[in-house]
Amino acid sequence: MKMQIGITGRGGQGVLFLTRILSETALEMGLEVIASETHGMAMRGGSVISTLKVGAFRGPLIGSGRAGVMLVLDPGSYDTFSSLLSERGIAFLNAASSQAHPHIDATDLAAKMGSPLMSNLVLLGFALGHERLFCGYSQVEEMTGKISPSRFREANLRALKLGYSAIKKT
Amino acid sequence: MKKILLGNEAIARGLLENGCSFAASYPGTPASEILSSFVQMARSAESPAMGEWSINEKVAFETALAVSYSGGRAAASMKQVGLNVACDPFMSSAYTGVKGGFLVISADDPGPHSSQTEQDSRMMAMMAKVPVLDPSSPREAKEMVQLGFQISEEFEIPVMLRPTTRVCHSRQGVALGEIPNPSVATGFLKDPQRWAATPRYRLVLHKQLNQKIEAIADKYGKKSFLKILGGRKASRCILSSGVALAHTYDLLKELRLEDRIALYQVKMPYPLNARVVLEKISPYKDILIIEETDPVMEMQLAMRGRIRGRMDGSIPPQGELVPDVLEECIRAFVGLTVEKRPSPAGKPRRPTLCPGCPHRAAFYAIRQTFPDGIYPSDIGCYTLGLNLGAVDTVLCMGATISQAAGFYHAYRMKGEFPPIVATIGDSTFYHAGLPPLVNAVHNGAKFILVLLDNSTTAMTGNQPTPGIETLADGRKGKAVSMEELVKASGVKSLSVVDPYSLEDMTQALKEADRACRAENGGVAAIISRHPCLMDVGAKEKKKERVEISDDCIGCRVCIDDFECPAIEADPDTGLARIDQTLCSACGVCIQVCPQNAIQRK
Repeated sequence: MKMQIGITGRGGQGVLFLTRILSETALEMGLEVIASETHGMAMRGGSVISTLKVGAFRGPLIGSGRAGVMLVLDPGSYDTFSSLLSERGIAFLNAASSQAHPHIDATDLAAKMGSPLMSNLVLLGFALGHERLFCGYSQVEEMTGKISPSRFREANLRALKLGYSAIKKT
Repeated sequence: MKKILLGNEAIARGLLENGCSFAASYPGTPASEILSSFVQMARSAESPAMGEWSINEKVAFETALAVSYSGGRAAASMKQVGLNVACDPFMSSAYTGVKGGFLVISADDPGPHSSQTEQDSRMMAMMAKVPVLDPSSPREAKEMVQLGFQISEEFEIPVMLRPTTRVCHSRQGVALGEIPNPSVATGFLKDPQRWAATPRYRLVLHKQLNQKIEAIADKYGKKSFLKILGGRKASRCILSSGVALAHTYDLLKELRLEDRIALYQVKMPYPLNARVVLEKISPYKDILIIEETDPVMEMQLAMRGRIRGRMDGSIPPQGELVPDVLEECIRAFVGLTVEKRPSPAGKPRRPTLCPGCPHRAAFYAIRQTFPDGIYPSDIGCYTLGLNLGAVDTVLCMGATISQAAGFYHAYRMKGEFPPIVATIGDSTFYHAGLPPLVNAVHNGAKFILVLLDNSTTAMTGNQPTPGIETLADGRKGKAVSMEELVKASGVKSLSVVDPYSLEDMTQALKEADRACRAENGGVAAIISRHPCLMDVGAKEKKKERVEISDDCIGCRVCIDDFECPAIEADPDTGLARIDQTLCSACGVCIQVCPQNAIQRK
């Protein structure tokens, strides 16, 4: 198993939490994993990117055209990092519409759920529904429950499920 | 047991597992999480090891060094520009040497992502004659803590661990060991010719230092030089260190070059055992050196003409060695065609002050009150006052105050006296603002100093400052009053304002301007005080939501001049609207709107 994943959005949208869930899931599955994160000034609302490499890699960054999957919380930030996506790769967008990629209005769904900050988990659930990630829904669900702070656990799991079930309807 | 750790957490864990009894630091990206993880992990392991947030890197270094002088293992961690601040004790400590193992952790930021410079701390290590270890991953960073302490104690010398952003902020599964009781200080053994050496004895110490460095290269140079990839057929070789080695490894595999190119890792780039390295690499037809950010290994291998790298332009002289850049270099090295990649379609979103940030209100008032002012500023979140046109210079920690004085003197000699408004955050003021303030007052400079006090070190993740009672490990310390320090520096005009009231802030700015222009005027200071909204310790009162009424005419003052990320223009009507998921309901925009179209509901 070798997979390179890019996760992008604006600082504060929960890119780091998705990176953590997926890294921990990989470790739990016994896979090698290395991920890089954006910290510092860019987190103040700027574009941020995490890269996650599962399998026998040593370096944490992804070269152009090598990401198999991208999770995009903010389409504006995707313009900056879309060159990472491989020709056969797939990008999942948090957007009301898109010609090119599978998309879901995660911000709107999360807001309707009463937790606008959970759009990251809605998008992750949506991506898992397409079965293109190295891990399955139940593995991620278990890890999300395990590492979520207790006061957000229930809402996080609901958001994940919401995104996952959205794909089953479309 | 394996656990996913951030590189900085892995370093902290390594310190504790190796008996480090004391760690000190000043926050700075990418090094900040080392100290906070150290105290958290020490607490959960019930270890008596102590960590402190020091007022600046020089103080952190000197405090930790005295623990080592006393025989305990100690570490000082900082970002690379922090090492500039600690450079004085760093250079001198190489001469005095140490007793307990002493690690200097200096985190570099090739890119740069969050720094003023791309400087290579390994160069500083070479200048100081201190061995430096260059980890390529979080896992390796943790292992090198052990090696570092070992070399440090064996040769009684400080050792530098130099991770880069991509090590500090990478996550990886790391094997955890036991956390023992920290190494206890055996006691300080007086030896004035060493610890308080006069120049005559410094010459002796320098000779000893040179001998130590030679012996370290001899003993550890070979062990820290490994072949990572490459079959017998390989005719070319690459010598690499740090995270550039990790990315080179991945690329050689992706390009299926691992049989044609041998890859060697150097774990200790200084001092290099040139004899051992040259013996291994000279049989290869071509040799490429890949390292971040300066040619530290390359300079130590006197084999010009054979070796390619930074010095002959085979590797770009600045910028991070990301996979795309490395791929071009490696392709050119092997003679493969180099594909030009299209540049990204969009510009990254620029960072902005958060919605509700008290600094935004202060900057807005400054800009409105003195539209023709000169605005020196400093390092922190408030550097983003750039976006509001209220930041003109950012040099290094504390420079805003010295530069405000310099601007004053420059204009005074021309017979002019423009408004000069210097801004500095609370943590930066404690870090490096005091000497320039005393100096400015003493030498008769006249300007307005706005201390942006949000009671935290916000940019780096809300570490405590000396202005509050909380210490790194949560214990209660003594808060050192900013007001008292400013007054004691000789400043006669001082007011304290909550910038959420633009009227109060504007009033204070006008009064400060009068005060510094008065006959006996000087530095006039304003403490602009409101807690950072990102600080979980700070409690904001719940406020009624803020909304935009039909009176909005789309003048964009709230969007362009006030620059709040929670306000956006409706793409169809051009009218302003508030994103309630981002809005903090601070209500400052209510005071900004020329149409009175923003109200609380």
